[in-house]
Amino acid sequence: MNLETLSLLRFEWVIIGIIFVLLVMKLADADAKVKPMLTAINVILLANFLLGLVPMSDGSLFNNFFRSTSLIVLQKNILNLGVLLISLTAYRYLSNIKNQIEYYILMLTSLLGMFVMISSGHVLMLYLGLEMSTIPVAALVNYNRKQRNSSEAGLKLIFSSAFSTGVLLFGISMLYGAVGSLDFTTIACNLEVNALTLMAFAFILGGFAFKMSVVPFHLWTADVYEGAPVSITSFLSVISKGSVIFVFMSALYSLFGHMEEAWLYIVSILAIITMTVGNLFTLRQQNIKRLLAFSSITQVGFVLVGIAGASAMANSSVIYFVLIYVLSNVAAFGVIGAISDTNGNETLSAYKGLYKSNPYLALILSLSLFSLAGVPPTAGFFGKLFLLTSGMGNALYVVLAFASINLVISLYNYLRVVKTMFMDEAEIELGKVETNFPLNIALIVCATGLIIIGFIPAIYNYISSLSYGI
Amino acid sequence: MEQVPLLHVLILSTTIFFLGMYGFFARRNMLMILMSIELILNSVNINFLAFNHYLYPHQLEGLFFSMFIITVAAGEVAVAIAIIINLYRRFNTVDIEDTNTMKY
Repeated sequence: MNLETLSLLRFEWVIIGIIFVLLVMKLADADAKVKPMLTAINVILLANFLLGLVPMSDGSLFNNFFRSTSLIVLQKNILNLGVLLISLTAYRYLSNIKNQIEYYILMLTSLLGMFVMISSGHVLMLYLGLEMSTIPVAALVNYNRKQRNSSEAGLKLIFSSAFSTGVLLFGISMLYGAVGSLDFTTIACNLEVNALTLMAFAFILGGFAFKMSVVPFHLWTADVYEGAPVSITSFLSVISKGSVIFVFMSALYSLFGHMEEAWLYIVSILAIITMTVGNLFTLRQQNIKRLLAFSSITQVGFVLVGIAGASAMANSSVIYFVLIYVLSNVAAFGVIGAISDTNGNETLSAYKGLYKSNPYLALILSLSLFSLAGVPPTAGFFGKLFLLTSGMGNALYVVLAFASINLVISLYNYLRVVKTMFMDEAEIELGKVETNFPLNIALIVCATGLIIIGFIPAIYNYISSLSYGI
Repeated sequence: MEQVPLLHVLILSTTIFFLGMYGFFARRNMLMILMSIELILNSVNINFLAFNHYLYPHQLEGLFFSMFIITVAAGEVAVAIAIIINLYRRFNTVDIEDTNTMKY
């Protein structure tokens, strides 16, 4: 144990520290003082985020099992920011339930797993991180234990994630047979394109596609999102998905870089199907959580267009897009959570006339929906622009044609919600929805971010200076 | 003593993998589905051990990977069983088709 170990693992240490303190608190049965505890956790997460902005040297630990670069630190920081914002928006939900400590233990364990997964330099660490990040989420999805929907959603998540892990592992075992080592650098050097490695790649792609809910493997998404508590839905759609996107991208570029011509077409076709099917299913949704579930599938389709670009620009555009996606989705789910806590209604009709009763929430929600749709001048426009430009760099014209058609359809999907809020008359008067201080902070941070991020070129330039292609 | 060729072991593990996959999609009892997932994971273990033994006998990477798989699978099953028990209290059944309330 020396100073280098301490500094390279600093995100992990903070998270482990919080989890440890919470476990001890649980043992000491200190449930009574909830509000100071929630505030303390939020402050520590904020400190962790600010700590991540300090530049740090690259390095690897434990015989290259754990590595850290500036890009990895940036990715962890995005996830950290997302968890902080979600924790702020969940403040009210957590004040009303009993087991807040377990909520944070599970959520932070999952975050720790994602950090391990992102920094992994060996497939074993990747697998352990992936499992550590998915298993606690299944328990979290089942958090409203008295509700049927919640149990069903938890079951669907644990089964589909266990199945997808099995498929992924089968691919990894074939990769081991073909290469003889599971170290990332060794695999990247020794990988040859033959039947066995192609088979291995197909299985590994299937496993990752399950986790990212790319279309032929998306069937669990909507049900799980609908049944979970709102803050967990936003955790699933933002943090889980974002981390798997990061890992998938680095696996494609650094592990399977030699096989680009083999995976380019697969990823392009998956992108087309994902965008189209996601959009078409969004058209008929009446539940706002399901609507956002299918919209998140569509967004993954756009991300795949960017990934198929296979250049340094593709890498930076995907990370930039995930940052914006975090902000827009957390804002949307924050508003939905506030309304669902008030009247327990999550159907679209509950949003009729929201602008008249709660203009502030309606404006935030419409801003985030505009950003998801990619309307300028919100940041979502710039995110989509860079994604499609990087797809253009690889001359994927058919994919881009589909992407542009889908942009129009998705605009209709999001504007449908905006129209409901601004133009329809309310059937049942909603009344004033109370927003507390933490929720307000989270919403204002997200809204400010969505408006100004596109106009600060320094952010994109910074990401771009760290990125790598094949 | 004559060794079993690698190909035979791989055929065995692939068969088990697809049996597990079939069970996962065709079974209606949740515990049977869980067993099918275990079959899939065990076929992966056989694969790792076989590759390690036949192709790379001088190292232990595959062996340790399979040990980790067994451990993590135990944790996964614990969470899955807990969720199934909770679900049984809500629905009074472990049949996957009777617990499907959310659709499309």
